Amino acid sequence: MRIALFVTCLADTLFPEAGQAVVRLLERLGHEVAFPMDQTCCGQMHLNSGYRRETLPMVTGFTEAFGKFDAIVTPSASCAAMVREYHPALAASTGDRALARDAERIAPRVHELSGLLVNVLGITDVGAYFPHRVTYHPSCHSLRMMRVGDAPLRLLRAVRGIDLVELPSAETCCGFGGTFSLKNPDVSAAMCSDKVSAVRQTGAQVLCSSDNSCLMHVGGALARQETGVATMHLAEILASTESAGGGTVSSL
Amino acid sequence: MSMPTYLGMPAFPAAAATALQDSQLRRNLAHATSAIRVKRAAAVGELSDWAELRAAAKAIKDHTLAHLDVYLARLEERVVSAGGQVHWAADAAEANAIVVSLVQAAGADQVVKVKSMVTQETGLNEALAAEHIHALETDLAELIVQLDGDRPSHILVPAIHRNRAEIKDIFLRDMPGAPADLTDQPSDLAGAARSYLRRTFLHATVGISGANFAIADTGTLVVVESEGNGRMCLTLPETLISVVGIEKILPSWRDLEVFLALLPRSSTAERMNPYTSTWTGVTPGDGPRAFHLVLLDNGRTNALADATGRQALRCIRCSACLNVCPVYERTGGHAYGSPYPGPIGAIITPLLRGVTSPIDASLPYASSLCGACYDVCPVAINIPEALVHLRGKVVDAKRHGFPGPERIAMGAAAWTLRSPRRLGLAQRAASGSRKLVGRRGRIRRLPPPLSGWTRTRDAPAPPPESFRAWWARTRGPGNE
Repeated sequence: MRIALFVTCLADTLFPEAGQAVVRLLERLGHEVAFPMDQTCCGQMHLNSGYRRETLPMVTGFTEAFGKFDAIVTPSASCAAMVREYHPALAASTGDRALARDAERIAPRVHELSGLLVNVLGITDVGAYFPHRVTYHPSCHSLRMMRVGDAPLRLLRAVRGIDLVELPSAETCCGFGGTFSLKNPDVSAAMCSDKVSAVRQTGAQVLCSSDNSCLMHVGGALARQETGVATMHLAEILASTESAGGGTVSSL
Repeated sequence: MSMPTYLGMPAFPAAAATALQDSQLRRNLAHATSAIRVKRAAAVGELSDWAELRAAAKAIKDHTLAHLDVYLARLEERVVSAGGQVHWAADAAEANAIVVSLVQAAGADQVVKVKSMVTQETGLNEALAAEHIHALETDLAELIVQLDGDRPSHILVPAIHRNRAEIKDIFLRDMPGAPADLTDQPSDLAGAARSYLRRTFLHATVGISGANFAIADTGTLVVVESEGNGRMCLTLPETLISVVGIEKILPSWRDLEVFLALLPRSSTAERMNPYTSTWTGVTPGDGPRAFHLVLLDNGRTNALADATGRQALRCIRCSACLNVCPVYERTGGHAYGSPYPGPIGAIITPLLRGVTSPIDASLPYASSLCGACYDVCPVAINIPEALVHLRGKVVDAKRHGFPGPERIAMGAAAWTLRSPRRLGLAQRAASGSRKLVGRRGRIRRLPPPLSGWTRTRDAPAPPPESFRAWWARTRGPGNE
């Protein structure tokens, strides 16, 4: 299957290893990965901060960059949800009917990585090897917007060598919330602090999630507190095999 | 519209920062909300048709709101024909003036109150006090808050920020006739409040209530409660005055059934609440001899005119969204600057009051958009969607003025992000500066407006190469 990668502006700029892992993983599974160079950003940060007008060119840009693909994967449940839930209405609000039609057509083709693997491609064992203690934080938008359910956990359970431990109060928000973390830094820090405590209770060496944004947030606190806990995107663990990467934990 | 007791509140982030420092508040809230979350999930899980009930409730409310003119006229006609009087209040001041004149006409200098959100919204107690009329709150938690000179912090559990030791101290200090040997056992505390309240019930000549529902077909009002103190207020006084928001209307008793299944499970995690009182006008020889219904707008028609915001008028004040909200759990209700705290307050307050004051403009941002509120809402209010919509209103209201640092930063980010070329250049510049800004791949301190982040968290330093640069280098720039 030919699958277009929407890497997201965050992973493109700050976490390229997540995007590279998606490419390695999908190619290992026999798929062809395309990367439309015209892509930039889904516009979520602007929309969720109240800058709706500024979001519209990004909706147009996304629609043009991905219009010709039947399947689009992204290593972010949050950005996938933005495209699925908000792009069609935003495109319609421009009055451009062709754009609105295209956005409507593209929205259901956008998949978060675990949803694509489990629900579209029907795979849970991707042949990965990762011999470390891992705990998984389900991002809010993966749970409550993309409704991926336990797809990420099913994928992780099938990883050879993994010691997967349950995260207490896993479904509680980590407190990132995009610009929420800047506009309400104290509340955000209080939420993050509880997530850090939960992660530490598990004794995990690696905190895994399907959103780099949550990992940047909780990982930033884990690093500040010198906990020694690493953060890795789900794609990085799934891409890891005995030969590729040898199942090593990413450096702190 | 006004909510007199909340004038001049600081914006949410500042009020929240103060609340976060209150260790006892944090402890009380975490304990109470986590307990009710578990119980609610169990109570809701018992019903196999919860999703259908939720969809029905949403449909009933949407239908009623779309035909509010018809149902309000019907309600007025039925209440009047059942012997009641109906008054219309455009705002809080009008509602309070109507109630004050009705109490004065009844010759009373004290009233007993059923727990009511809408009279907190109008600041009725303060308006009565200005006319030397004492309003006694009879809901146990409202009484605790009133005795303490405090404000409610939760829709259903107004004293959720207090534990029983604190309540014992409040009673000993402020409740006339509290026994000197009062302990902090819940039964002791309830007993002390009961004997204090019973004395006043027997002498009260005027009762004031809100209503959970108003049924247009029959002109019947409904109050749902746990303690029975509400029923005392509704039945003992000679005059009953009910202040009700115009969105509380339901077409018929058949519709009520749906809500009586949803509300108790969502709010107190009970299959059925202990007391459901209904009354229709006046009944000679039974209950109040005079009944007045004050129907209040106070910003509701403005909310109704907002196509995305109007769903907030479906709210039945169950408070399930408060109990699951990770922000509310840590800040408590006072930081929201309104009787309506938590996620629902963050949308209802700006819809009713507008977004001009600092607190009202900050409320739509008092959420990480985690979506837990929408999941539990029994009338399916998409609170995250409404929050995002209201954030747009806040930003648009400031667009004509001189741009602040946030608007400049967001404008620059949008300019960069709408062009793949500019994004690539920005990434290359960032990668070039990585040794300068970061140490061992981490940034310890960022300038404003990003400084709030690095106060408690490291930020990642840019990588040596962006994804798109890696792709172009390894696959060739023309290779999509």
